[in-house]
Amino acid sequence: MIAFLKLLFRNRLAAMGAVVLSAILILALITPLLPLADPDAIATGDRFKRPFTEGHLLGTDHLGRDLLSRLLWGTRLSLAVGIFAALIAASVGSAIGIIAGYFGGRTDNVIMRGVDMLMAFPYILLALAIVAALGPGLTNALIAVAAVNIPFFARNIRGVTVGLAGREFIDAARLAGMGHGRIILTELLPNVASTIVIAMSTTVGWMILETAGLSFLGLGSQPPQADLGSILGEARSALITAPHTSIVPGVMIFLIVMSINLLGDGVRDALDPRLRSGALTRPRAVTLVERRGNVPRADQKGLLNIQELETQFHVGPRIYRAVNQVSLHVNPGEAVGVIGESGSGKSVTALSVMGLVASPPGVITGGAVRYDSEDLLAASYDSLRAKRGRNVAYIFQDPLSTLHPLYRVGDQLIEAIQAHNRVPEAEARAKAIELFRAVRIPNPESRIRNFPHEMSGGMRQRVGIAMAMANDPDVIIADEPTTALDVTVQAQILSLLDDLRRERGLAIIFITHDFGVVAQLCDRVAVMYAGRIVEEGPTETILEHPAHPYTKKLMACVPELGGGKRRLAAIPGLPPQVHDLPPGCAFAPRCHKATDACREGEILLEGTETHTARCIHPEEELA
Amino acid sequence: MTALKVDDLSKTFPVGGGLFRAPKAAVRAVRPMSFEVAKGETLGIVGESGCGKSTLARMLVGLLEPTTGRIEIEGKPLDNADPAAFGKLIQYVFQDPVSSLNPRKTIRQIMEAPLKRLYGMGRAERAARIREIFASVNLREEFLDRYPHEFSGGQAQRIGVARALAAAPRIIILDEPVSALDVSVQAQVLNLLADLKGEFNLTYLFISHDLAVVEAVSDRILVLYFGTVVEVGPAEEVFKTPRHPYTKLLADSAPVVGRPLKAPEQKDSELPDPLNPPPGCAFAGRCPRATPECVAEVPDLRPLGEHQLAACIHPHEY
Ligand SMILES: Nc1ncnc2c1ncn2[C@@H]1O[C@H](COP(=O)(O)OP(=O)(O)OP(=O)(O)O)[C@@H](O)[C@H]1O
Ligand code: SF4
Ligand code: SF4
Ligand SMILES: [Mg+2]
Repeated sequence: MIAFLKLLFRNRLAAMGAVVLSAILILALITPLLPLADPDAIATGDRFKRPFTEGHLLGTDHLGRDLLSRLLWGTRLSLAVGIFAALIAASVGSAIGIIAGYFGGRTDNVIMRGVDMLMAFPYILLALAIVAALGPGLTNALIAVAAVNIPFFARNIRGVTVGLAGREFIDAARLAGMGHGRIILTELLPNVASTIVIAMSTTVGWMILETAGLSFLGLGSQPPQADLGSILGEARSALITAPHTSIVPGVMIFLIVMSINLLGDGVRDALDPRLRSGALTRPRAVTLVERRGNVPRADQKGLLNIQELETQFHVGPRIYRAVNQVSLHVNPGEAVGVIGESGSGKSVTALSVMGLVASPPGVITGGAVRYDSEDLLAASYDSLRAKRGRNVAYIFQDPLSTLHPLYRVGDQLIEAIQAHNRVPEAEARAKAIELFRAVRIPNPESRIRNFPHEMSGGMRQRVGIAMAMANDPDVIIADEPTTALDVTVQAQILSLLDDLRRERGLAIIFITHDFGVVAQLCDRVAVMYAGRIVEEGPTETILEHPAHPYTKKLMACVPELGGGKRRLAAIPGLPPQVHDLPPGCAFAPRCHKATDACREGEILLEGTETHTARCIHPEEELA
Repeated sequence: MTALKVDDLSKTFPVGGGLFRAPKAAVRAVRPMSFEVAKGETLGIVGESGCGKSTLARMLVGLLEPTTGRIEIEGKPLDNADPAAFGKLIQYVFQDPVSSLNPRKTIRQIMEAPLKRLYGMGRAERAARIREIFASVNLREEFLDRYPHEFSGGQAQRIGVARALAAAPRIIILDEPVSALDVSVQAQVLNLLADLKGEFNLTYLFISHDLAVVEAVSDRILVLYFGTVVEVGPAEEVFKTPRHPYTKLLADSAPVVGRPLKAPEQKDSELPDPLNPPPGCAFAGRCPRATPECVAEVPDLRPLGEHQLAACIHPHEY
């Protein structure tokens, strides 16, 4: 709560809105206690007194009534009606939305079509129609304003509820024996409450305005009772001769609506989880590079050479060392596997290569990434962008995240081709079809007209590979490209990548957590743990003679087909958090061979020319 | 003794209908199937995405009303789709451990729900029972007053298992219970599940797309393709001597250390269209052994070898 208020007041406009609104609210609350003139006392002799006249601070209106008093009483009434209307609209609308969203199907269909019909009428027309039907009067105006705002709440809340109702915790609640009513009240409502609050804070201002509008037209509060709208309405005829009678209530309406809306926007921003974490900063186009210490010298290894790379995330006071002194290279025609558990830094290493780590909070704090000897970390944004796709391309786990849902896959591929080469449309199209054929998509001529959602996961991933291949890159970085796919499809994608590197000399960095995949595709493999490479070497050597205890244990955890029913080996404990690493070996708390020496000082990645491990008691002698 | 008996169970989803229009078509997510699970057994269920695994599981726990068929638990039929009636007998552990816990509730509130709603236990009784279960799943009691987002995937999944146990069910359905977890944690959870099974006399249905995991935990395995059971058999035999060409394709596709990389299947490998199902054997379009007879009628499950059953006209022989 305190964090929420802090966040809210960091937003200056919202703070201003809060101050103005509180002042108005306090005034409205203490109005009955103030020594004010009777707001309805008519004194025709004193009509249209200017502001600051004796006894009438804000002057008087056409019947000689004290404007200050009328203003404060009117404000009180307007606020009460607006807030009450908002409460009604929010409760009825949210109830409708939750019921429609939770039950779905026919119930949802019937309810939401009804709501759509309400929304089809112009706003104010609908309000007028309702008042016309019920007759003028403040209560009826209130009902009308609440009614026209119900659809807004119903739609908003239904949207959120539909998302929640599909979540597994709702099913779990049903299996725990809860009935529908209880699920709605105790499972759904707490989760949609913040949305309701946000929707209310952004609409209550409008509702006050709408009520004032109806009163202005004479359909709301009836004389002598006056809200801000009717005060304004009565002053209309004297707009030229006695402008203060209109300006005074006008300014008040303006202040109320402005302050509520500013505060409402602030509340929405502060409650929005997406804005909460990253504040309101826009990500930079390229990862921020702030290298401390010397840039490692080029050492002529591989086509793509990652040297002592360090990437960190700076979140508040914490520093997450996601990638720590990672060195890795890949030659043309070679496939290098990077294996590790989630959070071990595999993906951040991959994204750092082309500056794709989101900044803030990501910062590259050391090392170099050399492509053909050029240091990519020192490259300008333009030269980096020219290299993205043309020299180094990516394939991600979820192809849907890289494909635009609303464009045909063929058009997206053609656009990718044309982004780097100015070729005519027809030629690009021919190339796109050829690429589809190369990734073994059947019927490429008709398939390029598909939308992403019309393809299966395996086919979409092939489109992802075709996109990556669009500009004949030399290096492909594939980040768990087959994890979400079925085994049969995975086998096809893997053999496709294998063919591509053999036929075209493609260099592949393949990130995965599956030893079977690494064994089949990769020549070399690097094992990562807590942001560091703990072992590296030829795939066969590592699979047969792992040197690092972590590699060995990790392999033992993974069941292999053909072993029958059995108990699996597990590694006790959890991987460490990379903002709070123990000194010495990060694996020590889970390692059965750990000694005191393991828990102090830096442990180096050592071994032979080809096989290295970061361990002082390796499982195999490396010499 | 049979823990679960399923007879002719099927589910058809209408698609495309509107408020006043009749549904345009129907997807037969699960075609009529019958099988039995013995008490204390673990039945593994494998198949590709969209083959009907989750639909079957959701019918078994009463979250979905079956279109046809009967479900019997320990001889008692369950014929109204009411999760509360099912809850005491059969529980579900979900794939995504975090999404299966309500973010606004403490772990204690989550754990108490089945005890209160299904068994009407009092406060003291509940606390004692929760303490017992937490000890069984190796969770510390101080976790009870925290919220779900404070836990790692492995811990959250153990909480999910604890909640299922709280209902004291006879059968637990595990729908991809470890696929969201890291490999080093996956083994911890699988071993825990094996221990609990003995401790609480449970019967498991274990759903997964990871063949090696299924093989490692199951007594018997049921292979689904396109909503149909295409093969059933003992875990150690199904992937070693697959009878159905589809099972063989699965076994050949699994990446295995030491086996050279080759695509076991080069053709268009999309599943048949659920809205426009092919006649006869649904696998015929992908099957290397297909003959014209295969599309003439749907092959029935029949015994092959000593313990296996497969639905194929030209099964593999060993
Ligand atoms: N509510 C629904 N309406 C229409 N079709 C559905 C619905 N739910 C599932 N289906 C369809 O039923 C079939 C089986 O789906 P199901 O979710 O059971 O598959 P699954 O085997 O669990 O797949 P996965 O491994 O991806 O979880 C699919 O074709 C799916 O698209
Ligand atoms: S350095 Fe020590 S603690 Fe770390 S892996 Fe080696 S033996 Fe284990
Ligand atoms: S029935 Fe025919 S098409 Fe179907 S799996 Fe057997 S051989 Fe293949
Ligand atoms: Mg599923």
